[in-house]
Amino acid sequence: MSTRITIDPITRIEGHLRIDCEINNGKVTKAWSSGQMWRGVELILLGRDSRDAWTITQRICGVCTTVHAIASVRAVENALQLEVPVNAQYIRNLIILAHAVHDHIVHFYHLSALDWVDVTSALKADPDATARLGQSLSSWPGNDKEQMRAVKQRLAGFVGGGQLGIFTNGYWGHPAMKLPPEVNLLAVSHYLQALEVQRKANKIVSILGSKTPHIQNLAVGGVSNALATDSPSVLTVERLMAVKTWIDELADFVKNVYLVDVAAIGAFYADWTQYGAGVTNYLCVPDLPQDTKGTQFLLPGGHLPGRDFAAFKPITSFNDEYWRKGVEESVKHSWYDYVQKGPLHPYRGETNPKYTDFQEQGKYSWLKSPTFYGKSAQVGPLSRVLCELAAGHESTTRYATKTLELVSAIAKTKVGPAALHSTIGRHAARAISCATQVDLLENQWSALINNMSKGDLHTYNKPVFPKAEITGVGFHEAPRGALSHWVVIEDGKIKNYQCVVPSTWNACPRNEADEPGPYEASLLDNPVVDPGQPLEVLRTVHSFDPCIACAIHVTDPQSGSAIRVTAR
Amino acid sequence: VIAGSAELRDRAGTAALAPDPPAAARVVVLGIGNTLLTDEALGIQAVERFAAMYRVPDHVQLIDGGTSAMELLDVVADCELLIVVDALLANSTPGSVVRLAADAVPVFFRTKLSPHQVGLSDLLASLEFAGQSPRTTVILGIEPADMRLGLELTPIVEAHMPELVGMIAAELRGAGIDLAAGSTRM
Repeated sequence: MSTRITIDPITRIEGHLRIDCEINNGKVTKAWSSGQMWRGVELILLGRDSRDAWTITQRICGVCTTVHAIASVRAVENALQLEVPVNAQYIRNLIILAHAVHDHIVHFYHLSALDWVDVTSALKADPDATARLGQSLSSWPGNDKEQMRAVKQRLAGFVGGGQLGIFTNGYWGHPAMKLPPEVNLLAVSHYLQALEVQRKANKIVSILGSKTPHIQNLAVGGVSNALATDSPSVLTVERLMAVKTWIDELADFVKNVYLVDVAAIGAFYADWTQYGAGVTNYLCVPDLPQDTKGTQFLLPGGHLPGRDFAAFKPITSFNDEYWRKGVEESVKHSWYDYVQKGPLHPYRGETNPKYTDFQEQGKYSWLKSPTFYGKSAQVGPLSRVLCELAAGHESTTRYATKTLELVSAIAKTKVGPAALHSTIGRHAARAISCATQVDLLENQWSALINNMSKGDLHTYNKPVFPKAEITGVGFHEAPRGALSHWVVIEDGKIKNYQCVVPSTWNACPRNEADEPGPYEASLLDNPVVDPGQPLEVLRTVHSFDPCIACAIHVTDPQSGSAIRVTAR
Repeated sequence: VIAGSAELRDRAGTAALAPDPPAAARVVVLGIGNTLLTDEALGIQAVERFAAMYRVPDHVQLIDGGTSAMELLDVVADCELLIVVDALLANSTPGSVVRLAADAVPVFFRTKLSPHQVGLSDLLASLEFAGQSPRTTVILGIEPADMRLGLELTPIVEAHMPELVGMIAAELRGAGIDLAAGSTRM
């Protein structure tokens, strides 16, 4: 017997995503991912000064502000072949890394942990046993008995007072919830500690970006931060020392709490290494440039078609032709109409809305369907970690090995790298990536200080625009994966602009060849115990960290807030 | 020792580098909304216009929050008074000016009168669980007329903006805060 369910919206954060599943005998047999709002920010950019595009694009989304700003300045710099001073690269890299660390911590603890952690079960935990468990897993000082007792008491008061607040929409007591009470209490305790520690990452963005949540220090050609070793009004060594203390606190939390929690939760949900692989064609772009031209990067990128590391093909510079020529977008199943014959390269991309109803075989989403050499591709932390492993990246390899060893020890069975191609594997990859990122924060902080101490305080090269038409692509390995802005400029003014964002790669509808996108493919064969409470579907979709405010833009004010599940 | 032009130096500003004032005394005026969606920008624009007219004491922070959530925790946590300025979908006439306080505030966040409070309401709920809620929260806003893509307010909302800016000033004065003529860097 077939059951059809619709979940709308599927995220706790901005952006409207609808997921439809056909369920047969307790498993998903067909899935559709649909963006429910019209995308059109590209249109607002036409005719504007290309130097201002980044201030507008960072308003697309409240979660991913900095990433669109970075991709936008890189696109215009790429069109001009403008070099960027290394100090500016270091400062941008620090902002990129601090934002990513913030984003990953918040995603795990505050947006998706409740898919796995039963808050009400934590009330049955023995706080002293919880402390012993925490101390056996990690040297983190926040796992003591007093902490666990206080958290349990706070939780009891909160739930007892009927103020479930942020926990209201959880599926408490669902049969798919498997953690022992002590692990649940440990996770709730770390939820609160994560709330505090994420503030440090935000402070770094705020100091370097001159403002948060919308940074103000970028410019096409560099950054506007004035560097000095003696003035109180600019980025001084003293200010940078404050940044260093926050980096150290973040590193402690990520390595001794986040990574450990993901390993522990993963070990208890080992069955979830069997679900959710979906599209195993992985794409990641290199990032953290170390030179003025963007040819040397701290994090490698590339294309990994399938699970075979031998087939990995690297992407090596901001001018990489393999990357530039591979990207196209199809609208065969999207609510757009192309005047040209599709699919189209982003430089020739069009944004002409054409709404039909939700047509399972036809058009059903406001997201376009991007492809790399004609194939849908998965982007995000899992793609990033797999590409870095394929490229032999040292710290990613070290943290991946450590994480899998910890999972194996807790699960008391050997768990290898193949487990990463899964729903729970995406959470593990995000934590592994985050551990590498906190190390690189320290690395880039030192690089900036060293360069300043040599007397180089240069942060900006002035752009000069030709009358002729020029094109450029700016890419950035954002927290949710490969982001690219594609711009056509004439006499300094924007002639065309297309954003190909991570959640479009992952949440897209079927492509020109009618093959499902990564969300859709990852849901196939997912178990669903109770179609009225499709927790398992949420687990797989949330493992991608969906945020589609940037993929689709206009808000529908009349839609409700609570998750609506329609089974029929 | 200064890199870049004077204009760039000015744009970088120093606001974010100032030391945090004591948490207990802080007052936060938080404009929220998406500035690309016509009247959705009214909350941020109101705070910006207020900042251009008044100089506020150091313990009052004027924030352009965009559509962010957890990124705002650091400024909102433990503040004495939080004034949220936003487009409000109250099913009234477009252009209507609204003030919500006391019991109406939790109702506002439960019934989702604003399109982006999925984020802000989660932030406030997290703060409540952590025991760091603002002591008092007030919401000021205008019913929007148009929320499609666009960078300018509609004339009907524009006509009520001076009233909204005046309400921010009245709210702060009512809390015993001295406002001087001048401007405040956001």
